[in-house]
Amino acid sequence: MSFWQLYRRNTSAVIGLVILISVFVIAACASLIFPEDPFRLAGKPMSGPGLNGFLLGSDTLGRDVAAGIAHGARTSLMIGGLATAVAVFIGAVLGGLAGYYGGWIDDILMRVTEMFQTIPSFLFAILLVAIMKPSIQSIIIAISVVSWPAVARLVRGEFISLRNREFVQACHIVGMGDIRIMMAEILPNCLSPIIVAGSLMVATAILIESGLSFLGLGDPNIISWGFQIGAGRTVLRSAWWVCTFPGVAILLTVLAINLVGEGLNDALNPRLRERT
Amino acid sequence: MNHSAKRVRYVLKRLLQSIPVVIAILVVNFFLLHLAEGDAADVLAGEAGSATPEYMAQLRSKFGLDKPLPVQLAIYLKNVLSLDLGYSFRHDMPVAKLVFDRFIPTLLLMVSTILLAVGFGVVLGLLAASGLNTWRDNLISIFALITYATPLFWVGLMMIVVFSLKLHWFPTSGMENVAMFYEGWDRVKDIAHHLVMPTITLSLFYLALYTRLMRASMLEQAGMDYVVTARAKGLTERRIVFVHILRNALLPVVTMAGVQVGALIGGSVIVESVFAWPGLGMLAFEALFARDLNLLLGIFLLSALLVVAINLIVDIIYSFLDPRIEVS
Repeated sequence: MSFWQLYRRNTSAVIGLVILISVFVIAACASLIFPEDPFRLAGKPMSGPGLNGFLLGSDTLGRDVAAGIAHGARTSLMIGGLATAVAVFIGAVLGGLAGYYGGWIDDILMRVTEMFQTIPSFLFAILLVAIMKPSIQSIIIAISVVSWPAVARLVRGEFISLRNREFVQACHIVGMGDIRIMMAEILPNCLSPIIVAGSLMVATAILIESGLSFLGLGDPNIISWGFQIGAGRTVLRSAWWVCTFPGVAILLTVLAINLVGEGLNDALNPRLRERT
Repeated sequence: MNHSAKRVRYVLKRLLQSIPVVIAILVVNFFLLHLAEGDAADVLAGEAGSATPEYMAQLRSKFGLDKPLPVQLAIYLKNVLSLDLGYSFRHDMPVAKLVFDRFIPTLLLMVSTILLAVGFGVVLGLLAASGLNTWRDNLISIFALITYATPLFWVGLMMIVVFSLKLHWFPTSGMENVAMFYEGWDRVKDIAHHLVMPTITLSLFYLALYTRLMRASMLEQAGMDYVVTARAKGLTERRIVFVHILRNALLPVVTMAGVQVGALIGGSVIVESVFAWPGLGMLAFEALFARDLNLLLGIFLLSALLVVAINLIVDIIYSFLDPRIEVS
């Protein structure tokens, strides 16, 4: 069966994919639908949804909530994607080295990984952003620093189970170098669990990002969903919509990514599914 | 060697294993402090508006900031070991005192959250697994999926809108109604009343996690040989589920409860700042706003140590629950 046929068997994964594609489309078209800066004061403050030309209302300063959501979709997807890419890279390198070489390299790298897993990750991310000053870069660094250990453990496990297989031994015999064996022989064979873990990590990264910007640690020059909710919480009593709609956006996006991740898992590891 | 001596040895071994982790956390903490742009002297000088270079130098030597880095690290380690976590210039109080004062409310919130999340998670997971692929299972799975994807702070704010502002069932913020001067049981009731919404909010995410874990764990155990044996003996399904499967299925949930404590602390920063719950998380939020890094690092250090301690305790409990765990 083709990949798409396998993926399609899971209905909720298809629903997730549809939602996710919609979020991507909104993010891509944000500048077309809302050409103005989302920080711009667009009209009467605290207008309810549908009033004064605001589809989803306006906030305390008269900023358009809908425009913020559309532009915020870019921020969330970009930070989620980049932070995950960095975390997967760090995790794959460290986990791969630990799994392939074993011995003291493995010991040291695993102790470091364990320490990073012990540290309360969200608090650590807060600290890192606070110390580096809030910006896109510092948020991406902070999220990837707290996310790589899970990937490292996964990749290490895969490398350990693959490093003594016949095809790897054959590579040793023909005189292939360690790096080439790791990159060209072992890594491609453990791509599917990495892809699944990575897709689920994007969802977590988006949640961490929204939490950071809710606490006021977002990049001050870039609109994000967490920032919108944080800015709207003081007027919760009189303008519930300012907090509500960006939260729905986070919920739908994260839910969609989780569903897609599970769908990928089922499609890439069909044997796992048949077992349960 | 008898069994209890083995157990004592196991506990000691685990204690020794956590020492390098603690030291590593301390060193990380120290370097974070130094990565920060500007030291305590800069902060104080900024506060005063302007400061002469002589005054700055005086401040730096007062806090030992003019010494080489390794010396500063040694001083820092010595200070932490003597429970001196530095000084919060904002609050004009030692960090250790501030942090310990705020520790009890956080502990209260965390304990009630763990009880709620593990309790309901086990029940929901059990219900889902025993009605596999029925509407009940599907409903619980959908609930778990949605709560898993919801940002905690948003749930908290929405609960405030619905249950505090519209229905007036629960207070919006704080831990107790100080103006009422409650004493004894009235005070306990007042605090419990304030505790409801923060606990539900913080437990939702973990509820989803434990539900899924419990469901998977029940299904895994249901396929084991001992279940087939029990069924062959003619035991009722009810007895098999509650006496045989449930006990074994609980083990991974207990471990997970320990592993998740670190995440719980992160969640409590968010939930406490939403509900103005006067714990460590709220203190961290205030420190963030005041750019009080000393305080933030003290909170971080205490939380990290708390996680190490709880993991240790969970491991020890686990060795009692499951005698198959190697204690020798």
